[in-house]
Amino acid sequence: MISSAEILQTIRMFDQQHLDIRTITMGISLLDCAHPDPRTACNKIYDKICRRAGHLVSTGEAIGKEFGIPIVNKRVAVTPVSLVAAASDTADYVPFAKALDKAAKTVGIDFIGGFSALVQKGFTSSDRKLIASIPEALATTDLVCSSVNVGSTKAGINMDAVAEMGRVIKSAADRTAAQGGFGCAKLVVFANAVEDNPFMAGAFHGPGEPECVINVGISGPGVVHHAVSQVPGQPFDVVAETIKKTAFRITRMGMLVAREASARLEVPFGIVDLSLAPTPAVGDSVARILEEMGLEVCGTHGTTAALALLNDAVKKGGVMASNHVGGLSGAFIPVSEDEGMIAAAAKGALGLDKLEAMTCVCSVGLDMIAVPGDTPAETIAAIIADEAAIGMVNAKTTAVRIIPAPGKTVGDTVEFGGLLGSAPVIPVHPFSSAPFIARGGRIPAPMQSLKN
Amino acid sequence: MRAVVTVAGTDKVGIIAAATGKLAELNVNILDITQTILPPNFFTMVMLVDASGSDLPFGEIADQMEALGRELGLDIHAQREETFQAMHRI
Repeated sequence: MISSAEILQTIRMFDQQHLDIRTITMGISLLDCAHPDPRTACNKIYDKICRRAGHLVSTGEAIGKEFGIPIVNKRVAVTPVSLVAAASDTADYVPFAKALDKAAKTVGIDFIGGFSALVQKGFTSSDRKLIASIPEALATTDLVCSSVNVGSTKAGINMDAVAEMGRVIKSAADRTAAQGGFGCAKLVVFANAVEDNPFMAGAFHGPGEPECVINVGISGPGVVHHAVSQVPGQPFDVVAETIKKTAFRITRMGMLVAREASARLEVPFGIVDLSLAPTPAVGDSVARILEEMGLEVCGTHGTTAALALLNDAVKKGGVMASNHVGGLSGAFIPVSEDEGMIAAAAKGALGLDKLEAMTCVCSVGLDMIAVPGDTPAETIAAIIADEAAIGMVNAKTTAVRIIPAPGKTVGDTVEFGGLLGSAPVIPVHPFSSAPFIARGGRIPAPMQSLKN
Repeated sequence: MRAVVTVAGTDKVGIIAAATGKLAELNVNILDITQTILPPNFFTMVMLVDASGSDLPFGEIADQMEALGRELGLDIHAQREETFQAMHRI
């Protein structure tokens, strides 16, 4: 029998510390939907998603209710559309995004990811068409998320793709200017993208994945923050142990939900993603965990070390709690989605350079960052190149989700609402990177041996 | 199917009667009760119950217990026991 104290501890995690399962994400292969006629392909895509994910939302809600575990989002990730649409005789891929959007609305999910292309080594003609369609696809759909992988440790960095994505991001912002450049919040540029990520906007169902799969993304910064606050002034050994134990508990919740969803939907379980995903709610912030360790404001000296400890301890605690761990698995630092990050950025304590350093030791990268609307495409491309280089050299996933907020400048704030929060516009370096980006070509893959 | 019902909030007359009465009405059998007052007057009660005799799906039982909590100004949750097993037992 579980003791009353343990039961009440769990209840407090749910009621007061924002413990939730961030997402149940169903991965669906669309490879069998390819067809020379794009309309037929789109119909097949719509039908398959509706068939596979028809019960995803009701099942997620039933599990949430019976186990008393809030499950915030139900999502679908599909095969990168550039692979599926390649067979179709069309240059315009926007209808594919609309088919995804329509299917997502029919089955009632929160987001659908996979309007994606993997171009780390170079473009297929289909990749080019997909990338060209991204700004309009994001402006004319509500739930579709897009991602492009521009680099990897094995392939190096496709600098032509980096340059192109700088322009695509600007265009996506312009086309959604009335919503503060919201299109960019649904677009991620990756290096070393993973095939089983359940989190948006970067989720897609990789070509190495099975026909259909259930992946679960946990959350829980509030719970970790509370745990760290219980060991004030203790050495880091104690802090790390405390975080590990908490991460174990959080991940067991994720595993329980994943197992149950997999059984009820009769879809194999893929992975639990051990990411600490913050929300804009007070008490659900990764930045506040770092500050609890003894930093006055997130972004000051010591932040990178604090984040490194947090990221590692979450993994060590979580790995034992799930038989398969995958996805991005690490602490997220999305500025607009984290109440403490928003406060730190608004104070000027947290800038792009520090955020870039933080991405060396944690999950993903420069995430949900608003920069001035007049930031040149080449500067955005150069930011992407820097981030991709960190991912490439360190054999980790990095990403850029940046919003050049139209008409806004440093000191302004962009409101996205909901889980996406609000972002203070932070400055970029005023010095040009244009000739660097104009070179194009590929940055060769780095040495992975001869490490002495 | 076993579940855990938790009741928490400011103490007043009739909390136990209301919660257990509702469980009886739903044909949910109580296996174990722990109840205490945290000073000065915060009421907490944890019950282990067996819901397999109820005609209702467990999600509906959880909804009704939560609704009772709202009515009484308390936090009442009914959750399957596995939630707590997963978090606290390897």
